[in-house]
Amino acid sequence: MKKEEEINFQKSDDFSRTMIPGSFARKMRTCVIWQFIRFVIINIKMIIVVGKSH
Amino acid sequence: MARLVVLGGGVAGHTTATFAAKWLGSAHEVVVVTPNAKWNWIPSNIWVGVGQMTKDEVTFDLAGVYAKAGITYKQAKAVSLNPEGNTSSDKSFVTIEYTGQDKEGTSENIEYDYIVNATGPKLNFDATPGLGNGEGQMGDNTVSVCTADHAVHASHKLTEAIEKMKKGERQKFLVGTGHGMCTCQGAAFEYIFNIEHELRKAGVRDMADMKWISNESFLGDFGMGGLHMKVGGYVVSSKLFAESLFAERNVEWLIGAHTSKVEAGKVEYELLDGSKGEEEFDFAMLIPPFAGVGLKAYDKAGEDITGTVFAPNGFMKVDAKYDAGAYENWKASDWPRTYQNPTYSNMFAAGIAFAPPHIISKPMSSPNGTPINPTPPRTGMPSGIIGKAVAHSVCDLMTKGESAHLHEASMAEMGAACVASAGKGVFSGTAAAMTVYPVVPDFETYPGTGRDTDYTFGEIGLAGHWIKHILHFLFIYKAKLNPGWTLIPE
Ligand SMILES: Cc1cc2nc3c(=O)[nH]c(=O)nc-3n(C[C@H](O)[C@H](O)[C@H](O)COP(=O)(O)OP(=O)(O)OC[C@H]3O[C@@H](n4cnc5c(N)ncnc54)[C@H](O)[C@@H]3O)c2cc1C
Repeated sequence: MKKEEEINFQKSDDFSRTMIPGSFARKMRTCVIWQFIRFVIINIKMIIVVGKSH
Repeated sequence: MARLVVLGGGVAGHTTATFAAKWLGSAHEVVVVTPNAKWNWIPSNIWVGVGQMTKDEVTFDLAGVYAKAGITYKQAKAVSLNPEGNTSSDKSFVTIEYTGQDKEGTSENIEYDYIVNATGPKLNFDATPGLGNGEGQMGDNTVSVCTADHAVHASHKLTEAIEKMKKGERQKFLVGTGHGMCTCQGAAFEYIFNIEHELRKAGVRDMADMKWISNESFLGDFGMGGLHMKVGGYVVSSKLFAESLFAERNVEWLIGAHTSKVEAGKVEYELLDGSKGEEEFDFAMLIPPFAGVGLKAYDKAGEDITGTVFAPNGFMKVDAKYDAGAYENWKASDWPRTYQNPTYSNMFAAGIAFAPPHIISKPMSSPNGTPINPTPPRTGMPSGIIGKAVAHSVCDLMTKGESAHLHEASMAEMGAACVASAGKGVFSGTAAAMTVYPVVPDFETYPGTGRDTDYTFGEIGLAGHWIKHILHFLFIYKAKLNPGWTLIPE
């Protein structure tokens, strides 16, 4: 069975020795609802780091 | 009335000048000397370079903003410093040469009580034969995204390459660093993935071969020795995430590479193992190494004291420990705190213009003795924070007297939030959102990774792109000094 997201492993030795996200992880990267939640969380984390730095 | 002169109207200089003007009011004078007529939000040049933004969207005229802030604006470049004055006066002065305001080429001496050098980097294209044109500018063999004009040119070249691919001609893209001592790998990283994204959008990705060439000893070093993040219960090196993204997007990599020569369609390189090779390309964007802008300094008698005030790379010496010695002896405390020049206390440097004590990544060189390691990045957030701390110190010195306490902003005690775009699009874009704390690893306080893994993280996704796009508007809004600008952090 052909899994599109796994094809690149075959393209080079360097590629075959790392990790490549599967289809679920890829979809979540542009899933608007999930990314909105991540947007809030990342902003909170960044505000904390910015606050610690000033 | 005392006078503060700020050299450079970029991220650090603009921050210093605008805060100083606000805090000092009309009691003292703030002068900005900068050769550019426009302010540029440099991080968005990446999107200009792929035709997703125009030059006008990433720049604005400085004159109106400085008039509003009560800042005296000289569109000129600083040429030399006379911190002790000259034979006829004890007053410190800077010699400038106009680049605009209908006085092009005219020189002027401006006396100062305090001076802040925020002149950023000289884009040292000529350090690599063929990368520059031999006259200090970019050559014809490659493109750049370091300035808005460079990015416009890069975008035209990219459009040409896409047209060729649409006609069935394969194209090889080579992006990365143009010398063994480059910094700013993050910008090249953003550019290669933005190109990849645009090629997919244009339906020609299968006609493109893409390769990354970099002086990092491992992918994900970024000039910071990499970083470690907590993911899925593990603490993981940025190497794994960077390699993962390159493999996912089918971008090959060549690392530990010093680009030694560039010709039309070909680079020559030397690797950390001493081997040499060549790589062909149809389209290349190679970041040049950075140096100081070449300011000179003279004492009262007119003797050249450039070597006293500036490090050999042209960046200004500040309160850093420049004699830290070998890598094993490097400490977080080597990094400067106040950015005051050790010889002349009325002189400060902010942003890229200060001389770091040493690099951050582990020093490396090939068996032939060629140094191949990234030099330390000084990204927007640290540059802004340092600019503001220096403004604070200078304002206190001007209003409270010479014994005023200096404000501190060590890169070994501050974090940085950084968002690296991997493609633009409201619903299809992605970016790696990262924070590191501290920027310079402190292995005494955080043995193991050198950083606090509770505050060092990174993830890629659409949320990062939204943040990057919002920051674009937010920072331009702030730089224009629109209402509430002081509330937006650096
Ligand atoms: C393509 C690209 C993308 C980037 N992306 C990011 C990012 O996403 N996030 C991030 O945090 N950082 C990013 N950076 C880094 C960021 O742009 C720098 O950290 C920041 O601009 C440094 O600020 P600075 O004030 O020291 O230098 P600059 O912003 O370069 O300002 C220097 C100023 O000095 C002026 N000048 C030069 N010579 C003289 C002279 N002789 N006399 C007077 N003035 C002079 C210049 O004209 C300029 O106005 C990126 C950099 C590049 C090139």
